[in-house]
Amino acid sequence: MRWSGWRSTNWLIVLIAIIASLLVTSVLLIIFGASPIEGFEAMLLGAFGDSTKVLSVTAFWVPLALAAAGLILTFTTGLWNIGVEGQIVMGAIAASWVALKIDAPRPMLIILELLLAMAAGALWAGITGLLKTRGKVHEIFGGLALNNLAIILTNYLISGPWQPPEGGTFRGTEPFPANALLPLYQDSRLSPLSVGIALVVVVLIYLVLRGTKWGLRLKALGKNQRSAFIMGVSSERELILSMMICGALAGLGGSVRVLSWFDSLRQSISGGIGYLALLVVMLSATRILLTPFIAYFFSAVLNGSITLQLRTQLHSSLGGILTGVMVLFVLLFGGVRPMKLPSQKTVEVEENE
Amino acid sequence: MNETEIVKILSSIVLQSTPLIIAVCGETISERVGVVNLSLDGTMLLSAMTGFVAGLLSGNVWIGFLAAALVGALFAWIIAFGSIRLRKDQFAVGFVLTLLGDELSAFLGQNYTRIPGESVRHLGIPFLKDIPILGPLFFDHDPVVYFAFLLVGVTWWWLFRTQPGLCLRSVGERPESGFARGVDVNRLRYVYTLIGGALVGIAGAAYSLDIKLGWSEGHTRGLGWIALAIVIFGGWSPMRGAIGSLLFGASKALAAALQRRFPEVSVVAFNATPWLLMIAVLLLVSSDVTERLVMIMPRRVQPRLRRLLRVRPPAALGVAFSTPESQRE
Repeated sequence: MRWSGWRSTNWLIVLIAIIASLLVTSVLLIIFGASPIEGFEAMLLGAFGDSTKVLSVTAFWVPLALAAAGLILTFTTGLWNIGVEGQIVMGAIAASWVALKIDAPRPMLIILELLLAMAAGALWAGITGLLKTRGKVHEIFGGLALNNLAIILTNYLISGPWQPPEGGTFRGTEPFPANALLPLYQDSRLSPLSVGIALVVVVLIYLVLRGTKWGLRLKALGKNQRSAFIMGVSSERELILSMMICGALAGLGGSVRVLSWFDSLRQSISGGIGYLALLVVMLSATRILLTPFIAYFFSAVLNGSITLQLRTQLHSSLGGILTGVMVLFVLLFGGVRPMKLPSQKTVEVEENE
Repeated sequence: MNETEIVKILSSIVLQSTPLIIAVCGETISERVGVVNLSLDGTMLLSAMTGFVAGLLSGNVWIGFLAAALVGALFAWIIAFGSIRLRKDQFAVGFVLTLLGDELSAFLGQNYTRIPGESVRHLGIPFLKDIPILGPLFFDHDPVVYFAFLLVGVTWWWLFRTQPGLCLRSVGERPESGFARGVDVNRLRYVYTLIGGALVGIAGAAYSLDIKLGWSEGHTRGLGWIALAIVIFGGWSPMRGAIGSLLFGASKALAAALQRRFPEVSVVAFNATPWLLMIAVLLLVSSDVTERLVMIMPRRVQPRLRRLLRVRPPAALGVAFSTPESQRE
């Protein structure tokens, strides 16, 4: 059942989901007095209109793909890592700390930034994991609280210790020295290095889940924690490890946000990329090789909706509505059961008992 | 600080906690019957927006509340339909609806931000409001406050003191035994999830039409998650849930007071209170450490202490149910 989704009939569901989401957004556009055709045209132009736009979509894609790749692991173990948003933010904070406080030759500085960002993301995820295994606090609540704490920490740093010398504006730190930023492609916000890293990560996670014993253990845990335990899989170790690796990848994504998309730590440094990554993984039915493509599509929709806002003065949340409706339809009507969670248990009444 | 000032602060805590109490009651009903409505945060945002706009356009707050309740019931229906009929993951559907509700509220409400609208009128209850201390605390408020307290009482009575309430809980604890006694498990789940969702919608409108007047993007963001955590803290009981909501309101008031007292501490630090509290409280009611603490207490007080500190979710929470007939379909 788990991996058998996405065959012939399911492509039909995807098609229906796409049509449904286009219909919903069209109706919304009409209600607000805009022509749907012009609206979608604006979105398309905003996503792929010229090379700057394409570069921008790709740059936005990198952290999304990284977080989604990490989430594949936590979903495989049956964990709901909503905390991924906070893990991205913590990665961004750690990378910013290095960029602001440490002076070193560029290659060393960048390596240090990325490593520390991964450590910070892993730490944040590890706390959620420990709260789950030791404290029996569901990872949705632990993660959610830590998300908000990470965002509050960002605001504190921006308005306090790290505020620019000309005074706190609550908007961001001062720009990092050029030395600390990732090498960018021409004058875009895209770092080719980060794209390479993201692609390598996706392939690595695929291989780990496909061909290693550890990947098998994670899958066993996700399917049935108790029998996995009886077979000798230490559930706590694997749960926390999968959380921390996901956190590290999310943190890496966060560092890409501050070191190439922006050049400083900003107030909404992630702005919901983590939640979007959760949607990507749900839509992919936890199939890692699909996630980069879905992530790219989502990235295009969101970037396109910013152009839509500029052209029609309509709120850019339309892009989020489009992706949300699509995921909802696939979740409800697709033959895919994306996760093996406690809620998947079914009580069946036996007749002759 | 004299007596009237303290009463004033406490009375404002009661007022501020009202929407949370309503939302917690709604979610408690829904989870008691075995369905987790994870979409609270999005539902409350969308219903707060809907309630405000409907109230503004119709010029009648109660139409606003009605519209908000419908929105809440609609989202709850999607979750019930998805988990019962389509047998899909209710967490996943709830999470998507959380995001969708947030985005929809931002888009649909974009022309109604930061404008004055309708609001619930104050209604002190004659005679009762003149009782010293208790009067201003509980009987000198808006109708929404009375509704919330009535709701807590009625929900508690219904759940724990009536026959249908027993059926409700049996469906959340052991659906198969309810089924054996002739209870239509899935129909009850639909009905109570919808009622719970409608109450969550009313809670959203209680913000935009009464407690936190008006609408702006992300007006109630985060409060839905707080309500979900309070349901757990409240041990799936409306009474304890209401106490939890009041304690949460009190802690927020305390943080605000401390902030005025120590202006040199960053404002931001105080924003962290609800979230730290959320982790601490959930640890308290569910971690093994608490159990160990209870165990070293004198044996006589152990059961009472355990009942006070620990909670246990309904056994069939989030567990799908199917009958032999539907299996063969």
